[in-house]
Amino acid sequence: MCLAIPALIESIEDKEAEAEIGGITRRISLWLTPEAKVGDYVLVHTGYAINILDEGEAEETLNLLREIAELAGE
Amino acid sequence: MKFITEFRRSELAEGVISQIHRKSKTQARFMEFCGGHTVTIFRYGIRQVLPKTIEMVSGPGCPVCVTANIELDKAIALARIPEVIIATFGDMLKVPSSYSSLQEVKADGADVRMVYSTIDAINLAKQNPAKSVVFLGIGFETTAPIVAASLLQAEEEGLRNYYILSMHKVCPPAIRAILNSGEVKLHGLICPGHVSTIIGSYPWEFIARDYSIPCVVSGFEPLDVLQCVYMLVAQIENGESKVEIAYRRGVRPEGNQQALKFMEQVFEPCPAQWRGMGEVPDSGLKLKRKYQHFDAELAFDIDPGPTHEPKGCICGDILRGVKTPLDCQLFGKVCTPEYPVGPCMVSSEGSCSAYYLYGEGFEG
Ligand code: SF4
Repeated sequence: MCLAIPALIESIEDKEAEAEIGGITRRISLWLTPEAKVGDYVLVHTGYAINILDEGEAEETLNLLREIAELAGE
Repeated sequence: MKFITEFRRSELAEGVISQIHRKSKTQARFMEFCGGHTVTIFRYGIRQVLPKTIEMVSGPGCPVCVTANIELDKAIALARIPEVIIATFGDMLKVPSSYSSLQEVKADGADVRMVYSTIDAINLAKQNPAKSVVFLGIGFETTAPIVAASLLQAEEEGLRNYYILSMHKVCPPAIRAILNSGEVKLHGLICPGHVSTIIGSYPWEFIARDYSIPCVVSGFEPLDVLQCVYMLVAQIENGESKVEIAYRRGVRPEGNQQALKFMEQVFEPCPAQWRGMGEVPDSGLKLKRKYQHFDAELAFDIDPGPTHEPKGCICGDILRGVKTPLDCQLFGKVCTPEYPVGPCMVSSEGSCSAYYLYGEGFEG
């Protein structure tokens, strides 16, 4: 029930945004993420962005996973 | 899709799995608190690929499953009031309460609407000024700030026919209750991802500190869960117990301050009934006095009558991690997703539904 999926913010109007979720544009609320900007990826739960996804952290996590996986190959 | 497909790569997963096998020496039992993790673990067959040293148990982390019958009965009683429109997330419709389900009272003529968001519920209230719209506030910290925001929006717009039946629950006290009961011995906790998006990772510190149990916050893709298991194993083998985040793209240690602010503005802690666990202190959220005019329980005279539990259903024991669906006599025979007896079979995140849908070979 705590399902939240990534969405790309395309435009913002006051406390609402148009965001692309898996190829579909939906209207979402930015009440909980007032600092969100166009071009940000946010996590959307029941029509509300609940945070801004951190692309740098995602990259670092993937690098870490690659390192772990490489260790396994040794 | 960005942030999803990268975390499903099988070549990386294989590497992480073999590292877990190499590292794990000590027998350990991990609980995934959250039903979303249960689904990932079953859908991707994660239990089967882990070494024999690691046992996974599912916890009470599905808001639909832990909603006690006494609360559901109130929702049903509200639905029976002629001027009331019930707005609810779809997961709740089929859940059997003591005598009925929302779906059944709807078939009997009650006005029950499935909504995707509280935004739809607010719109319903605007479109039906002569009716009272009651939103069923079910959910953990992930959802509670959203319901709080909807109430603040209704206040801002002067809406007078929007109400909330708050059945919200917060997670850390429930975990404390499970650990205090001592019924299941745990060596690691997979902390809920999107609850932590809101509350951050600090509220889990007491588990590592007071109970010496390693905690790792996980995301919901298979690589997230594998990374989380790897980090738990690493802590165990190093003799550590601390709180770590394996889902850094989605969770910051301090959480979402704006969301927490809304939650604190609108709600205050109260004792709450959890299915299978009974009353857990400070694990519920009720509306603060200032917002009591939104409280459906105070606005309507409801008499839910005596509650009773579905006969033979052991959801309560499953939610505490002491039994599995396979221990239930009704599982798969009398109780199926089409004809669910208990909530753990109704909810897509319930353990019984996960065992039913992805069950083949899970004990391997
Ligand atoms: S299988 Fe059905 S009856 Fe048995 S515990 Fe699960 S939900 Fe309850």
